[in-house]
Amino acid sequence: MAQNIVGDCDWPVVVIGGSAGSLSVVTGILSALPMPLAAKIIVVLHRKNTSDIILLALLSKKTALPVIEVEDKEELQPGHIYLTPPDYHLLIETCNSFSLDSSDRVHYSRPSIDVTFISVAEMFRNKVIGILLSGSNGDGAKGLAYIKRNGGTTLVQNPETAEFPFMPQQAINLNCVDMIINGNEIGNKLVEILGKLSISPES
Amino acid sequence: MESNYINDDQLDLLLNELASLYGYDFTGYARSSMKRRVNRLIIVDKFTNFEALLETIKNDSTYFRRFVEEITVNVTEMYRDPSTFKMIREKVLPAIATQPFIRIWHAGCSTGEEVYSMAIMLHEANLLHKSLIYATDLSSLAIENIKQGIFPLSQIAKDTENYLASGGKNNFSEYYTVKKDTAIFNQNLKTKIITATHNLVSDSSFNEFQLIFCRNVLIYFNKSLQDRVLTLFDESLETLGFLILGTKENIRFTKVAAKFSQPDNTQKIWRKIL
Ligand SMILES: C[S@@+](CC[C@H](N)C(=O)[O-])C[C@H]1O[C@@H](n2cnc3c(N)ncnc32)[C@H](O)[C@@H]1O
Repeated sequence: MAQNIVGDCDWPVVVIGGSAGSLSVVTGILSALPMPLAAKIIVVLHRKNTSDIILLALLSKKTALPVIEVEDKEELQPGHIYLTPPDYHLLIETCNSFSLDSSDRVHYSRPSIDVTFISVAEMFRNKVIGILLSGSNGDGAKGLAYIKRNGGTTLVQNPETAEFPFMPQQAINLNCVDMIINGNEIGNKLVEILGKLSISPES
Repeated sequence: MESNYINDDQLDLLLNELASLYGYDFTGYARSSMKRRVNRLIIVDKFTNFEALLETIKNDSTYFRRFVEEITVNVTEMYRDPSTFKMIREKVLPAIATQPFIRIWHAGCSTGEEVYSMAIMLHEANLLHKSLIYATDLSSLAIENIKQGIFPLSQIAKDTENYLASGGKNNFSEYYTVKKDTAIFNQNLKTKIITATHNLVSDSSFNEFQLIFCRNVLIYFNKSLQDRVLTLFDESLETLGFLILGTKENIRFTKVAAKFSQPDNTQKIWRKIL
């Protein structure tokens, strides 16, 4: 595992945002992840307020890595997958802890993908891999552009393979996307990207 | 809209000004959400940049008050998270019912929906007559609202639904009278509510309680301020007293963790054991 990584704050951070039609893609990505995993994974999904236990159980089934629904000031550790709780925005408080925020919705959404993407980009800059999936909402595109501007790597689901192409297409329109990948190939692509990072990490 | 008008140095500058000019210390608030809300205000109030906001805060104390109201989110509702109130009704109240005198503190209770929810439950458990409910918040506007006990009628449908989900058996409309577009809560509920402004950052405790509510407030604080406030609560609780936090808050990450037990790990209700 990435022996070049020196401190808690140097791990790659993968942040995945998705809305309508993204759940099967997220489960696909999680099933592709190796164990142990030399990265911190954060998942932001638009969802109904009630389905949190079910969603958590569903995602947990796809991977042996721990999947955690974030509580306030939760620690952010490598090898873990963090899920945004319903009805809160998820922010990065320090390089190894989260904080939650219940202020206004963004793009009618709380959690908002933009909010988390921007917060992650501010803290982790070029260590960020941002992934935007299927959805019919404008959330996430600006956040992905912000990740790109701060030196991160950006990837979207190929709109042609997305149940709802609008969201990834918005990001493509902003010219901020490094890679456009078919939904069912994102997991393997991510593993490949992480593999390269751990050989020559950026510091 | 999400943008980044403000960087870390600017946030520090702003926090220092607020402390030295107005005596409000926000340096212990969670930086990430503080930044986000300052950014949002710059957009909503149409400032051209951070400097313009800072100048206005410095020179206009009316705007400063708006700033504080906006920065300290005060959304709330009655029986927020009904399952928590159900557990209070079924487990917590019976556990403190035998006390000769019941003291409850709602810290950071905003406009008081949480306080009236509790007063109604105490009434239904026939405990209100021997209870005192201390309702405190940083905001004097919020405190004024609690004293009035008047809430927008538009909230009542949701509040009624929550009341029933919390195990309420009565007709919720018995507890208020409607006047125009407001619901005025009954006088007898108010008689046991004591209100005061109280700043969790700088003020100390003022009594011993069997029950302390502090819901959806700690979430705005950083870890060290959380530690301070939870130590204050620990010192203000009787042994076997209850501490009730918001649904996404947890003492697990704080200094007082070992002093409390959590009877049901699906509910954010802790009991002081040490
Ligand atoms: C989101 S509301 C929570 C209301 C209610 N407890 C609930 O859970 O619905 C947060 C409240 O915390 C108050 N607050 C923020 N900072 C505070 C401080 N330093 N001391 C006391 N109250 C504070 C705000 O004024 C606001 O009313």
